[in-house]
Amino acid sequence: MSIKVRIPTPLQKLTGNQVEVGCSGEDIKDLVDNLEKKYPGIKARLCEENGNLRRFINFFVNEKDIRFLQGDKTQLKDGDEVSIIPAIAGGGSLSFARREYV
Amino acid sequence: MSYVKGLKCRECAREYPKEPLYVCEYCFGPLEVNYDYPKIKKKLTKKLINSRAQNLWRYRELLPIDGDPIVGLQSGFTPLIKADNLAKELEVEELYVKDDSVCHPTLSFKDRVVSVAISRAKEFGFDTVACASTGNLANAVSAQAAQANMKCFVFIPADLELGKVIASLIYAPQVVAVEGNYDEVNRLCTEVANKYKWAFVNINIRPYYAEGSKTYAYEIVEQLGWHTPQHIIVPVAGGSLITKIRKGLHELKMMGFIHEPEGSNPEAPSTKIYAAQAQGCAPVVTAIKENSEIIKPVKPKTIAKSLAIGNPADGYYAFKTVMESGGWGEEVTDEEIVEGMKLLARTEGIFTETAGGVTVAVTKKLIESGRIPQNESIVISVTGNGLKTQEAVTGKIGQPIKIKPNINSFEEVMNEKITKSYK
Repeated sequence: MSIKVRIPTPLQKLTGNQVEVGCSGEDIKDLVDNLEKKYPGIKARLCEENGNLRRFINFFVNEKDIRFLQGDKTQLKDGDEVSIIPAIAGGGSLSFARREYV
Repeated sequence: MSYVKGLKCRECAREYPKEPLYVCEYCFGPLEVNYDYPKIKKKLTKKLINSRAQNLWRYRELLPIDGDPIVGLQSGFTPLIKADNLAKELEVEELYVKDDSVCHPTLSFKDRVVSVAISRAKEFGFDTVACASTGNLANAVSAQAAQANMKCFVFIPADLELGKVIASLIYAPQVVAVEGNYDEVNRLCTEVANKYKWAFVNINIRPYYAEGSKTYAYEIVEQLGWHTPQHIIVPVAGGSLITKIRKGLHELKMMGFIHEPEGSNPEAPSTKIYAAQAQGCAPVVTAIKENSEIIKPVKPKTIAKSLAIGNPADGYYAFKTVMESGGWGEEVTDEEIVEGMKLLARTEGIFTETAGGVTVAVTKKLIESGRIPQNESIVISVTGNGLKTQEAVTGKIGQPIKIKPNINSFEEVMNEKITKSYK
């Protein structure tokens, strides 16, 4: 499976300075675990100790905020684009995705 | 003398120096000022507070500046009015209005937070202050920047009420009117803040700025003779004010300043806190009613432009504040907002802006629905002045009676047009 994942600036040092990486995963939770295998240390930045996604990091799947989909159980498929965006915007991360209004 | 140890992440508790920082580098959570409370407790007493001038700086040890404040020296300590006429109309026993519609110098509670922010920005060595604003913040920043001799840029949505635009322009800042809603203005300002070395009071200075709102709560308690109200209703825009009101009550409890009811939780203030929003922009009230920690952003559509923030930065904390206090939230229509403004003016002689109309109307709803009991003390939070949002009531409050300059002309209308209550 090939999913494009866009990495926010503050986390790029964990991905060898790559802005965009390829990864796989059945859902967001799975994707994060797979990201951790490739880029150790990244999961702790994205998740709390209990495994829940951190409150102030938003995930978008094809520009849709996962909070309005199935959260970390949101299913993924080949060709999906996932953007990881800090909720309190700063720096270049704003340019990655639009917010979805309800 | 500083009582600030540094900044701390509200989510993961990581500590940072007391610099113009606002986001945790580790978990991206918001930063908050971290005080040396034991040190404050040794210095700050009710006697000391009482000896100081009647402005928000009488509580200065609990505010995050190192030296002396440089602006807003007459801000705060606004009237707490016992609203007996309104109480009678709403059929409650004990009702107060905390009236920041007369806060100095720009007639809204934003003068409090800006006084702190600009004083701190000067300490950091900034020469330019800025903000993203739904109106009142821009007014306060413009005025106090002028007083502080600093350069100023304020960013507002282009469709803001004329009164609010004029009340910024007069101080000669740069007023940037963005063709978009507040959420878009704020997103843009975050990019600007990262690029230019300006003190954006509600972005890179936010942790310090936000602390000023605690004084709204301190004053209410002091003005009630160091008693806490049982219920307080607060308008919610970004969610910072309601959160800091609870923090302020909590700090007073920590200081040992307040009499709380017997059997109340020693760890938490007993006041129930209620969120007031407009139906056309109620993301926090919706979360409260659904008991959902996740705040869903909305596209605002309401005359209450000062509360038209569809993606509130402190939405989650506002939700938590209300739920932990045992409070609730309500939303009201634009028509109810106008009726709320008129009701307050007619009964208590206070002309509040649309946000105040929201708060009065929500209070009425909460009392009528039985959420707020009739025999407990209630404070309505008024945060801004009605002269700034005249568009909201134009055409809805009647017209003057026109006559010719002679007594016959007057007596004709006295008989026909003048209402019974004036005859």
